[in-house]
Amino acid sequence: MAELVSDRESKILGIIETARAKRPKFRDSHITMSHGAGGKASTSLIEGLFAPAFASPTLDAMADAGAVSVDGVHLALTTDSFVVKPLRFPGGSIGELAVNGTVNDLAMAGARPLALTLSLVLEEGLSAETLRAEVDAIAAAARAAEAQIVAGDTKVVERGHADGMYICTTGVGRRDPRASLAPDALAPGDRILLSGTIGEHGTAIMLARGELGLEADIESDTRSLWPAVDGLLDAAGPGLRCLRDATRGGVASVLNELARASGVAMVVREAAVPVMPAVAGAAEILGIDPMYIANEGKFVAFVAPKHAERALDALRGAPGGAGAVEIGEVKTDPPGMVLVETAFGGRRVMDQLVGDPLPRIC
Amino acid sequence: MKFVDEFRDAELGRALAGEILAALEPGRHYKIMEVCGGHTHSIYKYGVDDLLPANVELVHGPGCPVCVIPMGRVDDGISLAHEPGVIFTCFGDMVRVPGSNQSLLDAKAQGADVRIVYSPLDALRIAKQNPDLEIVFFAIGFETTAPSTALTLRRAKAEHVGNFSVMCSHVTIVPPLRALLESPDLRLDGFIGPGHVATVVGARPFQFLPDQYGKPVAISGFEPLDLLQSVLMVLRQLADGRAEVENQYARVVPWEGNVRALEIMNEVFALRPHFEWRGLGFISQSALRLSDEYAEWDAELRFSVPGVRVADPKACQCGEVLKGVIKPWECKVFGTACTPERPIGTCMVSPEGACAAYYNYGRFAREREVA
Repeated sequence: MAELVSDRESKILGIIETARAKRPKFRDSHITMSHGAGGKASTSLIEGLFAPAFASPTLDAMADAGAVSVDGVHLALTTDSFVVKPLRFPGGSIGELAVNGTVNDLAMAGARPLALTLSLVLEEGLSAETLRAEVDAIAAAARAAEAQIVAGDTKVVERGHADGMYICTTGVGRRDPRASLAPDALAPGDRILLSGTIGEHGTAIMLARGELGLEADIESDTRSLWPAVDGLLDAAGPGLRCLRDATRGGVASVLNELARASGVAMVVREAAVPVMPAVAGAAEILGIDPMYIANEGKFVAFVAPKHAERALDALRGAPGGAGAVEIGEVKTDPPGMVLVETAFGGRRVMDQLVGDPLPRIC
Repeated sequence: MKFVDEFRDAELGRALAGEILAALEPGRHYKIMEVCGGHTHSIYKYGVDDLLPANVELVHGPGCPVCVIPMGRVDDGISLAHEPGVIFTCFGDMVRVPGSNQSLLDAKAQGADVRIVYSPLDALRIAKQNPDLEIVFFAIGFETTAPSTALTLRRAKAEHVGNFSVMCSHVTIVPPLRALLESPDLRLDGFIGPGHVATVVGARPFQFLPDQYGKPVAISGFEPLDLLQSVLMVLRQLADGRAEVENQYARVVPWEGNVRALEIMNEVFALRPHFEWRGLGFISQSALRLSDEYAEWDAELRFSVPGVRVADPKACQCGEVLKGVIKPWECKVFGTACTPERPIGTCMVSPEGACAAYYNYGRFAREREVA
């Protein structure tokens, strides 16, 4: 009797997994904040509306940056926009975030950042002092990332139509010959490395808004990730399958995207995932899982098993990578699913983010 | 994290699991209901049921405050949110709950000013900052959250904040439990009592479970070790042939409850003669309205709300899930037509809902041994 029931249960779960594996459709009647959260609604928008409309094989690869080759020169091209609120927060500001966010998309595609364009949408009434501070932040971050700002544009909109300022960027980088990365390249046995503690950026923004009455010394982790990627490519180039920075939707969303893209399962050991005590505390109070909180300077790397140790050493030696750890492994079954072994000894699914716990964090 | 990690110790968990195994009668199947949605969430989040033998089945009870709000009531909230000059405030879980046509999140996208707050006091603050607008707080929850609404109303009254009102949908835990126990298709061996509610009302109100229905109860905390220990307490009562209210969560729950919280609730609220529960139908004296003394702050009196009763969607079996008659996956629409991103029933909306918890966390639990 008990077996019959569990047969039925697994059959139903099978049907659900089939439905889940299908390409998501965009069926909503209007845009809600969920569509920008990096979770399921975002996926339905990208995979259900944008990708089919533009029918580009490069876009279909769903990498952080698109691959373009011109006369044997292999480039990576990416674009990003930044609407973070507040403009300045502990550990960074919108300008610094714009540069780092863009160069990191290039780095995740295995490309050395070369140049950026910058488009500013300014709200009528924005103080010149604020603008100047952001321009300085952009210049400093670009210098640090060794990327030049090569073109720009400015628009001003009426008061109330942009929250201070929005920044849009384009980034171009040169794909490194040591890298052969793709979201669908993961194979069972691959190790999952994480470059450090998670959840600082999202938590810092949340607390900086001052709406929660919580105070803690938490700073955004925004930084350029190319130096760490550079080191990784040196140490484990051929064994490196895919890199992804864990921005909106956090580590959980990134792992889910890649599990689906490669048709593999992943098992993550919760106890191995590093979280700063202050972040863990804030997340506990707010009922948010740190695995879903955004980062701006952390990434996951998927590495073939025999390269894993060297890759981890290289990560730990890179700036901002001292806390790098192995958090889990790629498995075969159930395809497209991410499972967590809880620190308590149980096991559960870690699905994509639904809804939006925290809008406008980048 | 201090005072948290101690209650999540895997080694102690395994030791408790061993004691649970020893307390079982071989071959017997046990059904224990955890009443509170917070427990359901913890059970899945930590994989607590993976540590239980397969013949100890945890049944998810009606204690998720978001899940029990009927559709018509959500529609009333949305209608208020669409009123010109209104800022509609509510807890985050509530914005995605489907009404008959849309959710509060959809209403927001259409221009309604819907804001998520973490506390009713935040809503009162918004009211003071926006004296020209009307601020409505959608108050939901069991006795756990009712005192904070009551306190906010007392403050609104003391400070004469006239542009603030509350759409009171607070519910009480004992009437639905009674309704469940009267339901003929239910078979439960015992209860994990709701620790947060008991923090306010005390352990005493649950005495009717052993006294009138012969069911053992352990009031439980929310950490994985709390839950395992509570399961063990219930199983030991069953093994000894006892039925009583035991307080596992004694570090927080006093037998008599929080007297001051109960006093202020008495002042601010009055019992509604009846209230509709999602999936459970009308249950008499199961919800709170604002008392006459606070009628001035009652959003349902200040504005006209449609108050139209909307039948639960036919395909949705939230009622059976809430009663523990079926498991979430046994519902006809579970995971296919009804998913966390497109919920049909409320059990799929809140992370505390049995269906959402099972969908999000429970589908690939470990294989369990039968004792």
